[in-house]
Amino acid sequence: MKNVIILAWRNIWRNKKRTIITVLSVLFSVFLALIMRSLQLGTYGQMIDSSVKLSTGYMQIHEKGYWEKKSINKLVSNPQEVINTLSKKGDIEYVVPRLEVFSLAASDSLSKGVAITGVDPSQENRFNGLGDKVVQGEFLKENSEGILIAKGLSSYLKLGINDTLVMIGQGYHGINAVGKYAIEGIIKHANPKLNKMAVYMTIPVMQTFIGAPNHLSALLVTPKNPKTLEALRANLEKDLGEEFEVMTWKDMLPEVVQTIESDNMGGIIMLVILYMVVGFGIFGTVMMMTMERIKEFGVLVAVGMKKIKIELMLFFEILMMTVLGLFLGIALAFPIVFYYHKNPIKLSGDFSSSMEEMGLEAILPFALDSSSFLAQGVVILLISIFCLTYPFYTIGKLKIVKALKG
Amino acid sequence: MENSIIKIQGLKKVYNPDTIPVFALNGINLEIEEGEFIAIVGPSGSGKSTLLNMIGGLDSPSEGSVEIGGIKIDELDSKKLIDFRLKNIGFVFQDYSLLPVLTAKENVAFVMQLQGQADQKCNKRAEELLTAVGLQERMNNRPAKLSGGQQQRVAVARALASKPKFILADEPTANLDSKSTSDLLDIMLQLNKEEKITFIFSTHDQRVIDKARRVVWVVDGKIDKDERK
Repeated sequence: MKNVIILAWRNIWRNKKRTIITVLSVLFSVFLALIMRSLQLGTYGQMIDSSVKLSTGYMQIHEKGYWEKKSINKLVSNPQEVINTLSKKGDIEYVVPRLEVFSLAASDSLSKGVAITGVDPSQENRFNGLGDKVVQGEFLKENSEGILIAKGLSSYLKLGINDTLVMIGQGYHGINAVGKYAIEGIIKHANPKLNKMAVYMTIPVMQTFIGAPNHLSALLVTPKNPKTLEALRANLEKDLGEEFEVMTWKDMLPEVVQTIESDNMGGIIMLVILYMVVGFGIFGTVMMMTMERIKEFGVLVAVGMKKIKIELMLFFEILMMTVLGLFLGIALAFPIVFYYHKNPIKLSGDFSSSMEEMGLEAILPFALDSSSFLAQGVVILLISIFCLTYPFYTIGKLKIVKALKG
Repeated sequence: MENSIIKIQGLKKVYNPDTIPVFALNGINLEIEEGEFIAIVGPSGSGKSTLLNMIGGLDSPSEGSVEIGGIKIDELDSKKLIDFRLKNIGFVFQDYSLLPVLTAKENVAFVMQLQGQADQKCNKRAEELLTAVGLQERMNNRPAKLSGGQQQRVAVARALASKPKFILADEPTANLDSKSTSDLLDIMLQLNKEEKITFIFSTHDQRVIDKARRVVWVVDGKIDKDERK
């Protein structure tokens, strides 16, 4: 085996220019693929993170059937029991409780439909930094009796700090939900829709408003590792039973999933084209390496070298060239990916504004994902193996006498 | 013949048997004894290279058999045949056919390594063989740095490396000048005399024919004359 490897290594340097061109083609394709893929995955990660923090969280637990109609009559009636179950799970970072309803809000002469969210101020702030979005007044405290409203809503209703907002809506099990609340703070949401209709109050105040003490509409679960979300879901479904529905952000934000999937498909098509070009390049090299050495293979078989050893030698030759290109490509791409993972590219101008309007941070982060690097290795290896079919077939069918005639 | 290492009986090789048959070999019967220095001679297309290929197990006969050391090699499958060649037959090709990426010593040791011998043993024997063919000073040179004659001597050393029963040399002097041819033949004759190594040549080189102790004339795929000197 050692001799076959030595022979393979020397063979690839028989035609230095060809080997260098092949290695460089692999290097650049791996480099480009890694940069493209890291940027793409980083952007998806940021999109998911922003969407998740802005609205649903990574995972929510509701009373069975809540999400479909978001009915106020399908609330979690024993949230503490659920929280106790969740607290026993080692793979959960923290849980954020929420109670969400729609209502009509009115000032002296104006009214508007609003989305009210009952929150635990400290947990909500930990989850999405809601407190940082306060532009006027103060953020909610645990015992606040007042509310926070979005800036767009405050402008529309012409209300400011310490003004009173009246709300009327449907409460739990058909009762009227009516209340008037002092505005403690005004927050600015980047998302224009939210900025026109968001109202926040503490969960106990909200429970009193809708007449559902000790009830919640959702428990937002933040896992320690978002990649294990599906496993965590299966685990929770088993533990919580059929009374509850456990949904991930993918179930709750299908439009984000669709956006990512369609964009991802474009990226994958680009990668396929890139690797097809490289594949043909490698195949060309392999073909030439085989064709010009038919006589040599004939001699080797004649003197007693088994065909499988010749095939092994060619396998090592291709492997050495492609692995060399692969490692050099990774070595070149890694520092760039690492740098932009730690220091994302900051966008400016119109693009930046439009991203901020959508509630996304105007940055282009790179994902530092080992699976992305591993995938390049697997793809290059598969291309190499595919390219070896030609020499393997040729050697398998080799007729010594014909080969010796060259 | 009691000491025959090769027995060829009724050997035929027919190309295009279903359309216009061409008889490359047409009923060859031949026995070769251990220690012979034999030249198979004939004009181009007479069948001498085909006969050598059959003896070396590089090609299969249409009819007849080739028996080496009691084994009918035409009955061996391709994998067993490769093993058989490795252990029993040394080859010297017209164009030397050395591996260009290996040094002279590595080329000689390579065949022994294929046999699974230890590197140290291979290197020692390679050095001995290269010394025997007068290349002790050029052991670490790659083929590109050697003359045609030197390369052919490396090829002879390589053929000897596996301690074969005999060596097949297909027109080994065709690409050599007179001096190189003479040197090479002297080395092979010496090995034949001292080591009792059997050499079988295909050639139409008069210098080889003159040195050979047995000359087999092949014409139109048949043995025309078998002459012992």
